[in-house]
Amino acid sequence: MSILRRVGLALFAPVLAVVVAVVISSLVMAVLQVNPFDVFAVMFDLGDTPSQQVTAVVVIINRAVPLFLAGLAVAVAFRMGLFNIGVEGQYRLATVVAAGVGAAVVLPGPLHVALIMVVAVVVAAFWASIVAILKVTRGVSEVISSIMLNFIALGTASFLLTGPLRGSPEGASIISTTKIGESGQLGGLNAIFGALGLANPPRQLYGYLPIAIVVGILLAVLLNRTRFGFDLRASGLSPSAASASGVDARGMVIKTMLLSGAIAGLIGLPDLLGTTNAYTTDFTAGLGFLGIAVALLGRNRPVGIAFAALLFGFLDRALVPLQIADYPASVVTIIQGTIVLAVVVANEIARRIAVRAAERGTAHAGPPPLAGEGGAASTPPPSGPSGPAGTDVWTGVQA
Amino acid sequence: MSSVATTPRPSRGPITDLLTGGSKRTRLLWLVLAGLVMFSLVRAISGENALTSSSTMSAALLLAVPIGLAALGGLFSERAGVVNIGLEGMMILGTWGAGFAGYQWGWFAALIGGVVFGALGGLLHALATVTFGVDHVVSGVAINILAAGIVRFLSELLYTDNPAGGGVTQSPALSSNPPEISVPVLSSGPDLLGDLEQRRWFLLSDLAGVLRGFTSGVGVLTILALLLIPATYLLLWRTAFGLRLRSCGENPAAADSLGVPVYRMKYIAVVISGGLAGMGGVFLVFIAGIYRENQTNGRGFIGLAALIFGNWRPGGLAAGAGLFGYSDGLQLRSRSAVVALLLLVAVLLIAVAVWQFLRRKLVQSVLAVAVAAAALAGFLTIDVLPQGIVSFTPHLTTLLVLSLASQRLRMPQADGVVYRRGEH
Repeated sequence: MSILRRVGLALFAPVLAVVVAVVISSLVMAVLQVNPFDVFAVMFDLGDTPSQQVTAVVVIINRAVPLFLAGLAVAVAFRMGLFNIGVEGQYRLATVVAAGVGAAVVLPGPLHVALIMVVAVVVAAFWASIVAILKVTRGVSEVISSIMLNFIALGTASFLLTGPLRGSPEGASIISTTKIGESGQLGGLNAIFGALGLANPPRQLYGYLPIAIVVGILLAVLLNRTRFGFDLRASGLSPSAASASGVDARGMVIKTMLLSGAIAGLIGLPDLLGTTNAYTTDFTAGLGFLGIAVALLGRNRPVGIAFAALLFGFLDRALVPLQIADYPASVVTIIQGTIVLAVVVANEIARRIAVRAAERGTAHAGPPPLAGEGGAASTPPPSGPSGPAGTDVWTGVQA
Repeated sequence: MSSVATTPRPSRGPITDLLTGGSKRTRLLWLVLAGLVMFSLVRAISGENALTSSSTMSAALLLAVPIGLAALGGLFSERAGVVNIGLEGMMILGTWGAGFAGYQWGWFAALIGGVVFGALGGLLHALATVTFGVDHVVSGVAINILAAGIVRFLSELLYTDNPAGGGVTQSPALSSNPPEISVPVLSSGPDLLGDLEQRRWFLLSDLAGVLRGFTSGVGVLTILALLLIPATYLLLWRTAFGLRLRSCGENPAAADSLGVPVYRMKYIAVVISGGLAGMGGVFLVFIAGIYRENQTNGRGFIGLAALIFGNWRPGGLAAGAGLFGYSDGLQLRSRSAVVALLLLVAVLLIAVAVWQFLRRKLVQSVLAVAVAAAALAGFLTIDVLPQGIVSFTPHLTTLLVLSLASQRLRMPQADGVVYRRGEH
């Protein structure tokens, strides 16, 4: 298959999904007598002055950073056929504990930030490990247990915030933990705007951005270039083939959930270290669920997830301008929800087109290629056709 | 939860036979009796009358019905082979539909509106999973996200400047409430059961409290909802339609070869599933008399857990829904009574420890004693649990029960498998 066709096939599903989502939400808006063109005009209007435009870009990127991490956390588990719906609870609990620990100690700069990150990662990984242990030892479906643990985590987080970790005075309208000291805050990256000759916006670009990029690259290397990554993907593609070739299925479930949870622990930190410096009652919520959508849209690949996170960041930026312009801001949620549903359908259609193309190809070219005979354990080409997450079965065998 | 073990087993001693042997009905009777005795014991020791009071029981019934309806919805869908994580989303749609129709045309319209909205969610799930062959869990998750967005959008559009009231997160109040009845003499008028309950006699008052909770001020619709459980059993296990539907969940290829319209059956099942989940949402709206955002609070998921706990059988899921409804009702009625549950857990775990010890499983036995001791210590030292902790009582109960009970369960054979005609 030529490179062009492979790229085309990989891009086909997400692009189709976004187009379908835009069309459907436009229809919904039109039915409810809201002019969709006006709404989209507001969404794309980033501001008049250069300073405003750069600010809008900063807002989008700052929102995309946690979404990217959330997408990665979900995608790692997806690649193994595990549904970590508990990312929401994992990051909220991790963030509140990390905020408490961060406020309690004073350390030299980088060490302080590192400690907060380690605490968050450990707490979230621990929380995710409960799901894995219940699945491995008691056969409890990870979907149900992670959802229940979400509620337990949110309850515990609210208990910690209003009880032991409370830092705000009695009667304050927003309850928060004690503010993390200067050394535990992560400065912005606005110096690059000066270097690039752009206007310096009033908002700080998160200093967490490079950390997120490094995490993304490390994960891509881990998944595609190591034994562990191969075992993980093989278990996701065909559990029976993986265990036949010596992969310890139970061990893989625990390791994968620990990894997924560890990444989930990082989700709340961009906001915590960059702006709020404390966990509050109105701390950013819902990133775990949006992470599922981002992972699906990005087809569980780090690069795809980065683009999906930017798209969702772009959509979320429009929330405030839409409200100011007196349009229903939940249009954004509708578009996001429709994208998710459209992308899974589009993935499936893309997979079928690819299968049919392969069938046609083999009909002309004689016997199927040898790769297909390796059984289901043979890996698909990196950007090849794939179904929705979890059922990512390479169907070259049937061709 | 035990429907598979029908083959006769060798005797394991007289006590074991008495407790676990015999017919299913005897075992169930023992279980219920033991549970009641334990509850009255814990109630008497802790002095927490809310544990078995009629008000807790009627709250438990009220809250068990939505969970049970969601579970029943899950039963239809999963028996036809479609995993339905989207129950929560369909329930959310149901609450909105009930609020929208209810404030304009009263309670009956609310019921219809909720069911229709839920069924629309089911139709979407069927379209994605059956026609497009999308992974069932992925589609369900997408529906949950989408449903939350849709209801917020609709509320924002229709309620913000509505003269009848309401706002971005809630509808105007329902214009009429569904009818209720109390059983005469027992629970109204002379109120014999209420009288007995107030005397605080061991066992008798507890029994009276439970009975009064189920007979005083019960909604007519609640009774109809309870009747849906035996009705579902009859429909799915005693009719040709039910056999066909279940065959799609066990072996769709075989069903197809025998002329069962598999796609159509799955569509019907998933739409019914959405309708029932939506009806569960309607009951939540009836409790509050108004639609509020996030009213479901994960009850769709708890319904799914009740279904799994109940081994994909109507009777089992009803028991699961009752259990979760009770823990939900208790945490709403009394925060201090939840502490008494710790004592109950301790007593139960000590029983488990003795049982495991007799079966020579020392590790499990020691583990159970350790946890029992921790629970007992908690009961003795804690007065009132903080709100954050109490709020997740039903979810923690769900998790504990599932991790204890999910070993001997058997899901429909082809549950969650995407069926494409001609590919199998």
